[in-house]
Order: sequence, then structure tokens, then C-alpha cells
Amino acid sequence: MNEATSISTTDAPPPPRVEGTDALVRVRDLKMHFPVTEGAFVSRVVAHVKAVDGIDFDIRRGETLGLVGESGCGKTTTGRCILQLENATDGEIWFDGQDLNRLNKVEMRPLRQRIQVIFQDPYSSLNPRMKIGQIIAEPMMVHGIIDEADERDARVRELLDLCGLNPKFADRYPHEMSGGQRQRVGIARALAVNPEFIICDEAVSALDVSIQAQVINLLEDLRDEFDLTYLFISHDLSVVHHLCHRVAVMYLGHIVELAETEELFRNPLHPYTQALLEAVPIPDPTVEKARAHQIIKGEIPSPINPPPGCVFHPRCPMSVDGCSVNMPAFREATPGHWVACTEV
Amino acid sequence: MTKLLEINNLKTQFFTSAGVVQAVDGITYDVAPGETVAVVGESGCGKSVSAMSILRLIPDPPGKIVDGSIMFDGKDLLSLSDAEMREIRGRDIGMIFQEPMTSLNPVLTVERQLTETLEEHLDVTREAARARALELLNLVGISEPERRLKQYPHHLSGGMRQRVMIAMALACEPKLIIADEPTTALDVTIQAQILELMKDLTRKLGVAMIIITHNLGVVARYADRVNVMYAGRIIESGSAEQIYHDPKHPYTLALLQSVPRFDHTRGEKLKPVIGQPPDLTKLDDGCSFRPRCAFATEQCAQAKPPLEAVQEGHISACWEKSNVGLEESAA
Repeated sequence: MNEATSISTTDAPPPPRVEGTDALVRVRDLKMHFPVTEGAFVSRVVAHVKAVDGIDFDIRRGETLGLVGESGCGKTTTGRCILQLENATDGEIWFDGQDLNRLNKVEMRPLRQRIQVIFQDPYSSLNPRMKIGQIIAEPMMVHGIIDEADERDARVRELLDLCGLNPKFADRYPHEMSGGQRQRVGIARALAVNPEFIICDEAVSALDVSIQAQVINLLEDLRDEFDLTYLFISHDLSVVHHLCHRVAVMYLGHIVELAETEELFRNPLHPYTQALLEAVPIPDPTVEKARAHQIIKGEIPSPINPPPGCVFHPRCPMSVDGCSVNMPAFREATPGHWVACTEV
Repeated sequence: MTKLLEINNLKTQFFTSAGVVQAVDGITYDVAPGETVAVVGESGCGKSVSAMSILRLIPDPPGKIVDGSIMFDGKDLLSLSDAEMREIRGRDIGMIFQEPMTSLNPVLTVERQLTETLEEHLDVTREAARARALELLNLVGISEPERRLKQYPHHLSGGMRQRVMIAMALACEPKLIIADEPTTALDVTIQAQILELMKDLTRKLGVAMIIITHNLGVVARYADRVNVMYAGRIIESGSAEQIYHDPKHPYTLALLQSVPRFDHTRGEKLKPVIGQPPDLTKLDDGCSFRPRCAFATEQCAQAKPPLEAVQEGHISACWEKSNVGLEESAA
């Protein structure tokens, strides 16, 4: 893989802070600040929403990295930056040896084929005027993958079958399908261009539990069959635990903890991760009765004016004087277990 | 009989151009004073419609309560006039809905939202109502209540709005609160705060609660008794322990096995429920779950199974209920 060497020689990025020489995706000090403007005729920037404020992580080939956090923590913005749907304010996004933030539209196009996305809402992410077959065929036409219409139709039917849908659905419209079926169409569309890397943004969150389990199993089967790499963005810790190899926890634009899944859930170090795990109810009344239920106080502050120092300190049960001064460094507490907290 | 609420064979239907939707198809359950009862099920199973039917808030047309009775505190709610029903709503039965932004009036201050309820139902002066509103905001843990009273709903965060909703529900000291997906729109740490608050307050004030949710974890943490709904019917009912540790309906069993749990070891495949829920306009005489059921037999196509006891306080509507259980399915 010449890309790996090109990283270290030509472009010389900072040393890999989250390790992994086989990283397919490498995000370094990514920042996305949205300007807040005021004034109707002459608009001026009065503040910035620091949606993502300096994050680092790697995703290895074939790995599923979970990105969890509550609303407004920046997890979706991170995904959109990788997809180049947002122009990041600062930082680097390396995909297979190329910094996406420095590519122009033409240079980006072949990479778009290799990076696909599955959205949360299967209602608004499918064009209601297009038949399912057209929806799935469109990315193939855009990227010039199969030029023959007959071959393309055959491939559409194959993809539908692969995603557990009847190939006859190619002639239907989205409104004729249930939420779970639409989400399968979204997955088939992402697979149509043979991607290596798929960003799943709350891909199963809108589904009922019995349907959600079907789609989770489908994502797992496809990952194994096509050696896919996923960035799995979700607020649902139980789903992330099930599906992901490693998990990064975000809070107010920062990654506060990152570790192997078992390690993170068994031995959470950051007080926010601990609070998050404590807050999730477990579907077992006996287990629930035995839990302590330490409920974290307060609400998530605004990312326009985040607290100084560690962004979590106003809600943190362990905070000390220094927490309100400096954002703690993201450090490797034990091998592979990264945390941004001085008190652990 | 010391039941606060007794619902008997309630049927609510919607008459649409696509046919008659049997949203609630003969449900029977009761709620004792001070008890927390959960109604759990997936989208379209009729759980919200059954709650709206108790409050008589079904839009008519197209909806209609076609059969059954709802006895609340000695009164048959279905025979009351609209005016009498308005008296009960908000005073004896409080309501908490999923979306606090749409259920609060955006052009009224927090103070007015609260005092309006109080003045409507209790014969109090404006000053007394204001004092009570302040007391309520304190009760639900809103900081700086004096300042919040003058604010509008859009000034408040989602969690804060839901606290105001709870304050409104509690304003007239109701006997029952109906909470329809009260925390579904909230983040998990805020959800935990709100549920903890609801539990503390209902225990402290002795208020009974019906909590409607699709979240099996929320049910396990907070409910005394659980009703599981599927396709407009209650298919299993029992204590939380009975439902989670000894489910006797294939749907309950399948639901429990399809949820990922982070306290379990990783690496096991989930066991999803195959297929899709049925079209509620096209229900036949048989069990609605049989196309998705691993236990289905000939008999299941012939007739709907009645809810029958499997043990004290635990009922299941399944012809094969004696064969259903966690152990069998593991084998």
C-alpha cells in the first residue's frame, strides 16, 4: 500500500496519536466552526458554533468505529466533514493516503465512490418521485460503473436481493414501502458503487426494535461479505456496543474517550462516559433494581459559548479547580484506551 | 375493588378511505391507585390510541370509540358529556406528551400555561395560582423559577420543557397521569433525569401513572406492571419480572431477544422478529402475530387466542403459551 508510505514521506502529518498503521481513515485536529451572523442587510459574524473543536481518531481497515454522544455533540458534523459535505474550518482528514480537505471537486469525485453514507431518516433520504430501481441505479450512472441499462437493472435486482428485499421492488415507489424496507433501499444504494467505507449516521435509530435488529444483522453480514469499514454514528449505546469494534465518545465538539468496545463498557474512565452508561436503562427489571442510578445533573451547554477548560466540568462530579482552566489533553491512559481527563 | 381505572373491551376504530383501521381491538386492563403501569409496543400497535381513548381525545371523524367501557374513579368516562370530560382532563387525569414543543402553547408564558390550568379547574385567584405555579416549578426541579415563569417555551431546552409539562400535569393534584412517550425526544442523560423525577413525584404524591413507550429499558426501570400490545390488542400482561424473565407470548419473547444489551457479552447475533407488522385494515380471524411467529400452528389461523392466565397476575394470548419460554428458545 503506497498510500501508507506517502503519508509519512510527502505530506508529513503529525505522528499518529490514535495509533494504527493500517488506518483507512485518519482524522487529525478536525475543527468545524459554523459562523453565527446578525443583521439583515449587512450581516456580520457575531459568534461561532464550535460543532467540532479539534478531534483525532483513526479507523482501521475492516473496522467499525462507533461515534456516540448526545444531540449537538458534533457526531453528525464529523461524518459530514469526512463526506466533504461541510468545508472543515481546520484539520486533516486522510482517506487512504489523501487529505480530503485539500482536494478539489474533480479530485474528490473518484473518492466519493469509495465513501458512501446511510442516513437516519429513510423517509426524507429517498426521492419520492423516483422508483426504487432508479434510486439504486443513479449512483452507478453518476460514477459510470455500469453503462449498459440491462446490466444495471440486473445489478439493481442483485443489490435488492442482497439487502433482503424482493427484486420486484425495483418498480415501486418509496411511499409503498415501510420504514425498515426503505432503510434497506438506502443500504442498497450505498452498496451500488462498491464502496470501501460507509458512514452510517443513526442508520437504525428511526426503526422499531424488531425491525432494527433485522437491519443491524444486515449491516453485519454486509461488513463481513465485502470487508467494509464503517463509521457508525449513533446515540444508542446498546446498538454501538453490539456492532462496533472500538467506540469514541463525543461531548460538545470533543472526543472525551476512545477505546476498544469491551474495554470502554467494562471500564469507562471519563466521568461523562460513566454518566452516559449509567443513564441507559437495561431491559431487565432485576438488573435495574440493583443499579445505583447516579443521575448526572444539568444540561448540555451551548456550543456557541462552551465552558472554559474541560467542556464537561460544570456537570462533572469529579471536577477540581484546574478543570475550568485547561482542556485536558487526550492521552493514552492504558494501551489503546484514550481519555481526556486529568482526574483518572 | 379498589381500582382507579378499569378499561373493559375498549375498541377504537378509524374510518378511512383505505378501510376501517382497527387501531384498538378490545383491550382490557386496570390501574390501581399509585401504581405505574406500562403499555409497551412498536409503532402502530395502538398504544397511543388507547391512551387518547381514555382521555377521549380521538379525532372524530375519522376516529370513533365503537365499544367498551372506561371506568375512572367510579365514573364511566364514555358516558360523560364533553363538558364533564373537560373537568376531568387536566384535573383528575394529567397528561404528558412526547413532544413538549408542540404540546405547550408557544405564545403563552410558562406562568400562564400553569395558571390557566389552575384557574380553569380550581377556584383560585390569580395570585394564588401564581404562587402555586412557582411551587410547581420548584417541585419539578427548575432552577431560577421566578425568571422561568416569565419565559416562553422557546426559551427553554427540551428537558426543561418536559419539566414544565410535568408541572402542568401535576398542577391540580391528579389521581392519574398518562405519559405518552414522555422521554423519547430527549437525550439519554436528560431522559434519566426526567424519568427519575416522574418516579419520585408519583411515589411521593401517590399518583398512578400509565407510561406508554416503545423502550423496553425504560419499562424495566420504572414500571410495576406491563401490558404488551401488538396489532391493537394486549397480547401479554404481568408484573415487570414476569414479562422480562418468563415471557409467555412469542412476540414478547422475540422482542426481548431482538434488543441489543450492553451488559451482555458481544459477538452474539441478534434474533430479529422476521417480517413486518400487519396492516390494521386487513386483520383476519386468526392471531395477528402468526405470520411472524416461530410457534404458529393450524389453530392460530382459525381463531384469535384469548388472554388466559399462565400464573397469578400473568396473562398471555397465545394458543401455544405453554410451549413459549426463554429456555425453549435458547435450545
